[in-house]
Amino acid sequence: MSTLLVANRGEIAVRILRSARDMGIRTVLAVSEIDRDSMAAGLADEVAVVGPAPAQASYLNAEAIVLAGTEAGCDAVHPGYGFLSENAAFARRVQESGMTWVGPDPDVIDLMGHKTRALEAAVAADVPVLPGSNGPLTDDDDAVLALGREVGYPLVIKASAGGGGRGIRLVRAEEDLLKTVDVARAEASASFGDPTVYLERFVEHARHVEVQVLGDGETFLHLGDRDCSMQRRSQKIVEEAPAPELPDHVRERIRASAVNLARLAKYTGVGTVEYLYDPVRHEAAFIEMNTRLQVEHPVTEFVTGVDLVAEQLRIAATGRTRLRQEDISFDGHAIECRINAEDPDRNFLPSPGRLTRLDWPEGEDYRVDAGVREGDTVAPFYDSLLAKLIVHGHDRREAVRRMSEGLAATHIEGIKTTVPLLARLVTDPRFEAVEHWTTYIETEMPSPGGAR
Amino acid sequence: MAEIQSPLPGVFYRKPGPDKDPYVQEGDRVEAGQVIGMVEIMKQFTEVHSDVAGTLESFSVEDAAMVNPGDTIAVVAEG
Repeated sequence: MSTLLVANRGEIAVRILRSARDMGIRTVLAVSEIDRDSMAAGLADEVAVVGPAPAQASYLNAEAIVLAGTEAGCDAVHPGYGFLSENAAFARRVQESGMTWVGPDPDVIDLMGHKTRALEAAVAADVPVLPGSNGPLTDDDDAVLALGREVGYPLVIKASAGGGGRGIRLVRAEEDLLKTVDVARAEASASFGDPTVYLERFVEHARHVEVQVLGDGETFLHLGDRDCSMQRRSQKIVEEAPAPELPDHVRERIRASAVNLARLAKYTGVGTVEYLYDPVRHEAAFIEMNTRLQVEHPVTEFVTGVDLVAEQLRIAATGRTRLRQEDISFDGHAIECRINAEDPDRNFLPSPGRLTRLDWPEGEDYRVDAGVREGDTVAPFYDSLLAKLIVHGHDRREAVRRMSEGLAATHIEGIKTTVPLLARLVTDPRFEAVEHWTTYIETEMPSPGGAR
Repeated sequence: MAEIQSPLPGVFYRKPGPDKDPYVQEGDRVEAGQVIGMVEIMKQFTEVHSDVAGTLESFSVEDAAMVNPGDTIAVVAEG
């Protein structure tokens, strides 16, 4: 691999460009007109404008990106996360144009993007799943009612083509089941173009745990687990590695089964298998597999010392990983906070504008993955993630304390950010005791921004 | 005539999705509270409603154009 096209923006573009540069790979960054002078653009060897500011016309414009890559003589494309990173059609276009796709085979992206097919693959790989339809829900009303009785209430109906918390409906009693299935099918058809739904047990106070896996089609391994239970509207806000308060047998089960699923899919590159953890039953169950680098990958890098982006590039370039499971060891505890340009006091209203001040904490226990510099203007067109603050400690208690100190030393002015909310979250006694769950903010914090 | 203004900065869309029909066409009747478009800012979508009932005379901004808070998006002839 001599020249890499980075098809993304912001902090993840910066992150990918840094690893590529360290490996001696020339870089071309696809940018929208408004991002010509971004922090990422300053790090790339070359910048290719692929369209105007709105993402549909630029970062989601597959043809323009492929053209930019071939014209600039790129031999590989890294999609980052979001945008086109899990778009199998785009991955195929990249490959057809003669460039290497930094990610798994497009057929694997398709498989994992279709929730009922992914669920069937999980079952085949002996990944624990929630009691439910284990695949597409039947059209037979009597069979649906019988399954409902078997699974028990409450239960959820989910769209196969959904994901990321979209296309989910809760059913609390049998009399609501059939009509909810009808509505869910209609919604799935309208939203995702596919009426297929499946049924699962609902876990009231679930935690979100996940396993980082890596493969090259022959060798498959895991890089440990993470917990991402602090969320708002299914968007992760605070993530940590390793997952705290997880019984040994559950940790072993999710790690082994995640590697099994990667093996079954003949996975290449890095991926994440997500699980829901029921702390009452001490059981984990498959949610989905994400076939890309994740936002929260730095916490895994902090505790393992492995550069996941470099591994992605190495596997894409050589077809092989040099890592073996016995090479992976874990040191201490890492926590990441996502800093978004949103106002927690105004229902998380996005807050674009000019960054008049940007001060980060310093020290070897801190890592800042930012996509912006002081003086930059945050545009209204893209995701509100500005940066991630990541800390390391010998144990969770120390990491929590350092995160609290790090947030206090973070000063961002000119726009509203979620820093004040994060400062409250990491000092929340329920978070410190690992007694939070995925809807904790919505259900337990009536004024998450702290406004009284 | 009533001017419908944008509540926030962002990108104005006349359609709920790329392959969907527009919420309303110029010349159509609208009711008070009816959605006439939406503004996207940082992947969050906010519906824009007509404050009055009447005929939607014209849109003042193109589909997918940038708007600022207070910008006139459309003009409705009341009645």
